[in-house]
Amino acid sequence: MSTDAAIMVRRNLKHTVRNPIAVFNAILLPIVLMLMFVYVIGGAFDVGVDYVDYSTPGMILLAITYGLSATALAVNSDMTKGVINRFKVMDISRGAVLTGHVVGSVLRTIIAIAAIIGTAFLLGFRSSAGFVDWLGVVGFSLLVSIAFSWLTVGLGLAAKSPESAGMAVVPLIMLPFLSSAIVPADEMGTGVRQFAEYQPFTPIIEALRGLLAGAPEAGDVIPALAWTVDLALVGYLWSISTFTKRA
Amino acid sequence: MTSPAIAATGLRKAFKDKTVLDGIDLEVAAGSVFSLLGPNGAGKTTTVNVLTTLLRADAGSVRVAGHDVATETAAVRKAIGVTGQFAAVDDLLTGRENLRLMAELKRLAPGERDAVVDGLLERFDLVEAAPKLVSTYSGGMRRKLDLAMTLVGAPQIIFLDEPTTGLDPRSRRTMWEIVRELVAGGTTIFLTTQYLDEADQLADRVAVLDHGRLVAEGTPAELKRQVPGSHVRFRFAGPEGLDAAARVLTGATRDDENLTLRVPSDGGTRSVRTLLDALDEYSIDAEEFSVHTPDLDDVFLALTGRPTTEETAR
Repeated sequence: MSTDAAIMVRRNLKHTVRNPIAVFNAILLPIVLMLMFVYVIGGAFDVGVDYVDYSTPGMILLAITYGLSATALAVNSDMTKGVINRFKVMDISRGAVLTGHVVGSVLRTIIAIAAIIGTAFLLGFRSSAGFVDWLGVVGFSLLVSIAFSWLTVGLGLAAKSPESAGMAVVPLIMLPFLSSAIVPADEMGTGVRQFAEYQPFTPIIEALRGLLAGAPEAGDVIPALAWTVDLALVGYLWSISTFTKRA
Repeated sequence: MTSPAIAATGLRKAFKDKTVLDGIDLEVAAGSVFSLLGPNGAGKTTTVNVLTTLLRADAGSVRVAGHDVATETAAVRKAIGVTGQFAAVDDLLTGRENLRLMAELKRLAPGERDAVVDGLLERFDLVEAAPKLVSTYSGGMRRKLDLAMTLVGAPQIIFLDEPTTGLDPRSRRTMWEIVRELVAGGTTIFLTTQYLDEADQLADRVAVLDHGRLVAEGTPAELKRQVPGSHVRFRFAGPEGLDAAARVLTGATRDDENLTLRVPSDGGTRSVRTLLDALDEYSIDAEEFSVHTPDLDDVFLALTGRPTTEETAR
């Protein structure tokens, strides 16, 4: 990591510490949703296993996506207030400021994921995952978080205003609901089911589910990895090109 | 030093099919203040963006500090400091942290950073506010911090895009003082403004930009000479005085609302005495008397056929 990026990362760490509400939101909302689904709604779903066991991987993904709106807003505010232009006219490495935002975003996500996994265990979540599987869970969550953070940085850069930046991440937050996060895809109606089967969140969640159960399946892990790497690449390239173009 | 700090020739830029810069030539001598003057939408910010490597021109060439902005971007960026139209400060950092961030990015030696930061805080009267988050700052303080951040590392050429727009008169004067200090220290300043008095006060040379073209360029005095119309203005206590004076001083323009009379005059002592004698002869008393040389407002009106206050679409 270049020194410029390290300086920017420190800037974003300070932001994270000074904006506890954003961190709190990113942690609290997924937990509330998890409590709702496990205690209130989930009992009515027949998923074949304990609902907390079924829903934990999806909730990890929700923990990743909920924090994204704060990232989109922060990037957009840098863009619209001219902070990014200030950095662009300096002789510093291109995109260091974006790397700072991605690291800040991933950091907030890690806290949220830890909180949701902790909550899951408190609610009676049982995992037969071994150490290597857990490493897989952590590594894979990190990768997903990096991918969506880059996508979100792109959204934040492209948006004309903070309001539209906030709106732009809503699909990312909604997509998990139209996947196998809450109920299995084959329980859904025609149309939605096909969508749920082919959208990226379903293989990502199924791969996490496999890892958490201690039995990852290549049929889930490979498409999940492919989706994640692709999304990360698209998000990164799009962010860099928007960064270069918009003055 | 004889080579210009900024030299641009044939600069063109269009966004989609809207031409914003339509062939601009500029030359700014090192150590001078150059002011680009124009109403909203004239293309001032686009010009600054092209000169500071933020935007690539469609045609033309630009050299800043002797380096080509298109091919030697890094060298140009090392030489310049830019303060944009809006205060580009980090709300979630303190004033001191904002300056430190710049000092780190500019690779000032670790031992040097505190001295530079403290010096700037002192100079911009921000010492007391330094440990507070910038989100609590007033508009004027933000602008001051913004400029202070630009000065970290003492760039040799500084671009100021409408630095005093929206500032109260006192902050404006402070900003002017700082610009004068910088020039005294040898810095080149490229300043855009829509305030004619600002260009008049600060600039060695002024270029007037209108619809993407330079319609005039020269020293403030040269520009003023292009428009005829220095005049003497009398203000009267009541309409009677105005009526009487208007009868005596033929060729004058009267303004009944303000009870004033504008009389064309070169402003010299001889012609002024003639006017005063004429009033004296008829025992007409004027409350107030002033000589006006044309200001840049008049220049703009004469050059473009429009007053500067006209808003054009961005």
